[in-house]
Amino acid sequence: MKFAIQVNEGPYQHQATDSAYQFTKAALEGGHEVMRVFFYHDGVNNGTKLTTPPQDDRNIVNRWSELAKKYDLDMVVCVAAAQRRGIVDEGEMQRNGKDAENIADNFRISGLGQLVEAGIQSERLVVFGD
Amino acid sequence: MSEQIKKFMYLNRRAPYGTIYAWESLEVVLIGAAFDQDVSLAFLDDGVFQLVKGQDTAEVDMKNFSPTYQALGDYDVTKLFVEKESLEERGLTLDDLMPLTYEDEDDDWAEKDSIKVVSRAELADIMEEQDVMFSF
Repeated sequence: MKFAIQVNEGPYQHQATDSAYQFTKAALEGGHEVMRVFFYHDGVNNGTKLTTPPQDDRNIVNRWSELAKKYDLDMVVCVAAAQRRGIVDEGEMQRNGKDAENIADNFRISGLGQLVEAGIQSERLVVFGD
Repeated sequence: MSEQIKKFMYLNRRAPYGTIYAWESLEVVLIGAAFDQDVSLAFLDDGVFQLVKGQDTAEVDMKNFSPTYQALGDYDVTKLFVEKESLEERGLTLDDLMPLTYEDEDDDWAEKDSIKVVSRAELADIMEEQDVMFSF
């Protein structure tokens, strides 16, 4: 099965992001394809490397980064949602005159077209949110 | 632009200003229109409030994005299903909603209503026909 995943909620606040991660990991381990994980709404906060949870808790951001590295997973953060919430990569930093970037490893910032395209090209789009 | 046409449905379930879901859903609809898919929108639960006419957000200092719904017809987004029970549960009728129309190119550009009130059971059938559901 060729899946696309949409994550609509931020880390720690809401279990949706944990469920999305567990689902994505299980799908990949089960031999399925996950053609894209798209982070939208507060879900874009999954992509900040400035996250510093207590040591005895799961590190949601690193967990995504490591999963993406292992499976060459395409993890896209919506640019419009990211701009509102202060998720910034090198390009966005320069474009918007900011003095810092915070995008975590293996995430990339791109447009909503990537979400629509994922809906078209996947066999199942699975949405995790409220 | 895309190799195949799928039936896309955007589910709008939340009131317009309490959270950003409604506005960011509309942003996906507008971007998605460029992909020439078979698009419909559904408004249910508190999502029916998104279409209420006469919205005035000045006092809460939020952007009133309700005029954007008027533009949907120009983006060929012409199927807006509103759940009857959700309206009734909130004391609303079709007359409380913005009149949204489109020009039907297959019918000599006649102006037609985009909003169609359907029952919960009918909406379930329409959902069943979809290939892709975005839930906001």
